[in-house]
Amino acid sequence: MIRSLLLTAAMSLPLTAPAAAETLKWATARDVYGLDPHAVTDSFTNIFTHHLYEPLVRYDAELRIEPALATRWEVIEPNRVRFFLRDGVTFHGGEAFDADDVIVSLTRAADPKSPLRGNLPGLTAVEKVDDLTVDVVMEGPTPLLNNYLTNIFILDSGWLEANGATAPIDASRGEEGYTTNNANGTGPFRLESRRPDALNVLVANEGWWDTPAHNLTRIEHSPIASAATRVAALLSGEIDLIEPAPLQDAARIEAADGVRMLENPGLRSIMMGINMGDSLVDGNVEGNPLKDLRVRQAMMHAINMDLIRDRIMRGKSRVTGSLIAPEVQGYTEAMDARLPYDPDRAKALLAEAGYPEGFAFNLNCPNDRYVNDEAICQAMAAMLTQSGFQPRLVTEPRQIHFQKVDERAVDVFMLGWATLPMLDGFSVLSAMLASPDGSYGTFTPAGYSNPRLDELTQAIAIEMDEEKRLAMLSEALMLAHEDIAWLPVHQQPLSWAARDTVEVPQAADDLVRLWYARVNN
Amino acid sequence: MFGFLVRRIVQSVFVMLAVALIAFMMFRFMGDPVNSMVSENASVAEREEVRARLGLDQPLYVQYARFVTRAAQGDFGLSWRNARPVSTLLAERFPATAELVLVAAGLSLVLGIPLGILTALRPRALSTQTLQFISLVGISLPTFVTGILLILTFSVWLGWLPSFGRGTVVDVGWWSTGFLTTTGLKALILPSVMLCLFQLTLIMRLVRAEMMEVLRTDYIKFARARGLSDRAIHFHHALRNTLIPVITIFGLQLGGLIAFAIITETVFQWPGMGALFIQAVSFGDVPVMAAYLVLVSLIFVTINTIVDLLYVVLDPRLRVDGARGAH
Amino acid sequence: MATPTPASAPPRPAPAGLIARALSGDVAWSFRHSWSARISALVLLILFAAAILAPWLANQNPYDIGELSLFDSELPPAWAEGGDARYWLGTDTLARDVYSSILYGLRLSLIVGFASVALAAVVGISLGLLGGFVGGIVDAAIMRFADVLLSFPTILVALLVNGIMRGALPPAQHQQAAIWVLILAIGLTNWVQYARTVRSSTMVERNKEYVQAARINGVSRAGIMVSHILPNVLGPVLVIATINLGMAVLTEATLSFLGVGMPATQPSLGTLIRIGNEYLFSGIWWVVIFPSVVLVALVLAVNLLGDWLRDALNPKLR
Repeated sequence: MIRSLLLTAAMSLPLTAPAAAETLKWATARDVYGLDPHAVTDSFTNIFTHHLYEPLVRYDAELRIEPALATRWEVIEPNRVRFFLRDGVTFHGGEAFDADDVIVSLTRAADPKSPLRGNLPGLTAVEKVDDLTVDVVMEGPTPLLNNYLTNIFILDSGWLEANGATAPIDASRGEEGYTTNNANGTGPFRLESRRPDALNVLVANEGWWDTPAHNLTRIEHSPIASAATRVAALLSGEIDLIEPAPLQDAARIEAADGVRMLENPGLRSIMMGINMGDSLVDGNVEGNPLKDLRVRQAMMHAINMDLIRDRIMRGKSRVTGSLIAPEVQGYTEAMDARLPYDPDRAKALLAEAGYPEGFAFNLNCPNDRYVNDEAICQAMAAMLTQSGFQPRLVTEPRQIHFQKVDERAVDVFMLGWATLPMLDGFSVLSAMLASPDGSYGTFTPAGYSNPRLDELTQAIAIEMDEEKRLAMLSEALMLAHEDIAWLPVHQQPLSWAARDTVEVPQAADDLVRLWYARVNN
Repeated sequence: MFGFLVRRIVQSVFVMLAVALIAFMMFRFMGDPVNSMVSENASVAEREEVRARLGLDQPLYVQYARFVTRAAQGDFGLSWRNARPVSTLLAERFPATAELVLVAAGLSLVLGIPLGILTALRPRALSTQTLQFISLVGISLPTFVTGILLILTFSVWLGWLPSFGRGTVVDVGWWSTGFLTTTGLKALILPSVMLCLFQLTLIMRLVRAEMMEVLRTDYIKFARARGLSDRAIHFHHALRNTLIPVITIFGLQLGGLIAFAIITETVFQWPGMGALFIQAVSFGDVPVMAAYLVLVSLIFVTINTIVDLLYVVLDPRLRVDGARGAH
Repeated sequence: MATPTPASAPPRPAPAGLIARALSGDVAWSFRHSWSARISALVLLILFAAAILAPWLANQNPYDIGELSLFDSELPPAWAEGGDARYWLGTDTLARDVYSSILYGLRLSLIVGFASVALAAVVGISLGLLGGFVGGIVDAAIMRFADVLLSFPTILVALLVNGIMRGALPPAQHQQAAIWVLILAIGLTNWVQYARTVRSSTMVERNKEYVQAARINGVSRAGIMVSHILPNVLGPVLVIATINLGMAVLTEATLSFLGVGMPATQPSLGTLIRIGNEYLFSGIWWVVIFPSVVLVALVLAVNLLGDWLRDALNPKLR
């Protein structure tokens, strides 16, 4: 009896003990939508699948672009870039990586039916030069091509074909895509099992081409939607890394043994869009007072951002005057200046603009998207009221909020922008400041149009000289800064929490890259 | 009996058709599915093509008929959130909810009936009064607060039980069960305690009330006069008469447990249908919401029918009319 | 919940003349001799008074964002270290006075509670009277519909009503409509118990001699229902209503947790607890403990009173 027990124990040891030593248990607020990296633009799904799949070029832990599946690249013609592919890379299923995989994957991601096509705008063709060389042909010069490519993962062409998944997933066909539940990449980890909304298990890819900086053998990812439960799971030792960790729980986590907060300023800048159309959505005056620059200045004077930082953000946010974080290309210190908090000046400006009694407008905010979004808006509404405005606060779940933003059914509204995956100020320019036209101006507030800014945007899009491009970028962003086209709020802090034994880099883009993580037991 | 069965089934079919109509109407109220399927810069022609492929160009009654026909075959289309078949999503989540609800229901019976008897036999005792008071306090707090308090106490403070999830589950065919592993069983404790509190109190109070009533009847007085022991009277005669209403209420309450599991599953990240439903609500994922509604109604209707049948079997004196309005 | 209520087996149809008996002192006697009933009544009286007088008792109108100053956020209760005498129960993250928020939140919770109970009672009594008195196909239709509704738990129906209303209303009106959605959702799921009780009482009453006599004397059906039958069924209805009030307040809190309750700018008691719940780990205990205590006191008192009322009106159980 004892003998057999010992035997069982001995047999099970090699199976469990070493593996348990380097297992990382990771909890996030929600699960991935699916495993197809071309099916959604969601940044969490994107970084999760990055553990399985890889792009041609990738960001390192400091967000610098480095070679991944391509070893080097050359600009052959202004709109044609040649990529030399890494030799000897194999997919998890054993298939060799070659030019066909790149062609199929890029084409699949840029397909008109693919939701990801906006992340690779202007792709005309991908041409095979030889088995390990491809040319990427764009509509015109594309200075940000490599930035785009960090986000486009490579799938195996044979595997896609064998499973009827070469075309992007099309929900309207009523069939489930094979790639939603199965993964076969070249990445640092392989998918072992997946139970949606319960547990995703990844194991280290022994045959990875790169030298692992991590020492993990296994990742167990559990989505835990309730923030309190997530923190409890960390405190009770069931989880090693949680992301995000609520700011207000930081003190409790720091005080607990064996766990700590991981905090850094993030890339995501929070800002308030301002309706500059001909009328307010929900106002009580003729016309639209928000078109008057003095009124927008009064708004900035009215809001005490430092107080919001100290109280609501617990000192963790970075108050900004700029629409992009300092890490993002195009940032200059000049655009970071804010009009000071000065309620009297605010009232004076308001009176000067002809609204001494103020005026009513909607203040629209999501309540489940950004860090403490609802609380920030409530505080802002209070401050605006105290300076003579009459904001009507509307806080809603993100689905409804962003639908309204899309329809321009908002007066002053909250939006956060991290310039992902480009990490370039052009992202703000093209999506949030340019006059709406084609792929430009998706989020530009109603009625905002600055001809000089539009002109610069067109030029920047095709300028291959980096120095000139950055100069124009800063000029354009400065114009927006002076116009107060958006009211900057702050840079949202990154807030994760982990066991003391876990080392993980926290890049400013708030994405968890576990191929740099170490567990020291 | 047979006639009753047929009548109940016909009734149930009508109920299900009505539920299906509500579910179908949700699609009409909650935006155009075409918008969530095509890219925002799709042309009008593309939209029309998708619309035709989904059958949205047909008259409403045709669409409804199609919806019912497909729903009857378990086909609810694809989730708008992640393009997976809704039937698969529900099948994945069903075992988690079923096991949670069964354990909670079991707990409420196993604890509720003895406590009910105890309090009925000693109505004036201090322990009875205290128990009743505590049970009332327990259900006067919103369940989500109770859940977090349980986690704080048993996971964070004492470190005895897991705070989230199902532990290790084992697949038996398509059914994933947590009953076969230690972690799975441990993970069941806190959520099922949270879920059963309400039912437990209800059953305890119901058993108490029924028991006290029965104990007063001539039948029991007669048994006492015959010199039967207290024990025999209480457990053999009185309890048996108490159980019929308990079964009715219990059956109806199973439905309540499934619905309340929504909150439990949210607090404990229990990967069941309730969590899926709440996710669908916040995402506006109508196919999932509709399917959940239809499935849960089907479960309710089935349970109700069984309870009615059981009732008739247990107490043939009752005619159909009285079957449901037992009290 | 689908069926009854925490507190009870469903009330039995009351014997005729119950109200008269109550007034004659039977119930009053019972009240004087029940500690729990008297304490509950006192607690409820205080809470109702506090809710009604909220605008005068509160130090601040927590719904008026202009009155909030972030400088005063997260102050502990006055007696604790760092407390401020102006905010004796402390303030929350947005500098709302917890004491004032509780008063206003209680007011909202009670409005939702009473309004939904009233809605349920009116619908339930009307349909119950109609079914019981008219009988036949009308009765069958009402009761089958009740069966269906009874088998659906309140929160599910409430979520559904909520979803449909949100779909049907333009988004701009969601927040203003929130309270009506809640009342409608909770009210429309709870009428069944009233209908069942009233119906069975009505069926017993309608064959009694005094009703027959009234009919022969030419009193209309509606007249008979209202003037003769209604008073006789009020006893059990009162019991159901009392217990349902507690349930309605709890349901509102639960819906708030599921994200379909009152908006955070106009918190009900349930919303306050939901928000406070997020600060359980952060040491700001006063934002969740005080509202919870008030909610428990309210629901407990209502339930205890309901318990007592049921027993008092049902002499068999005494």
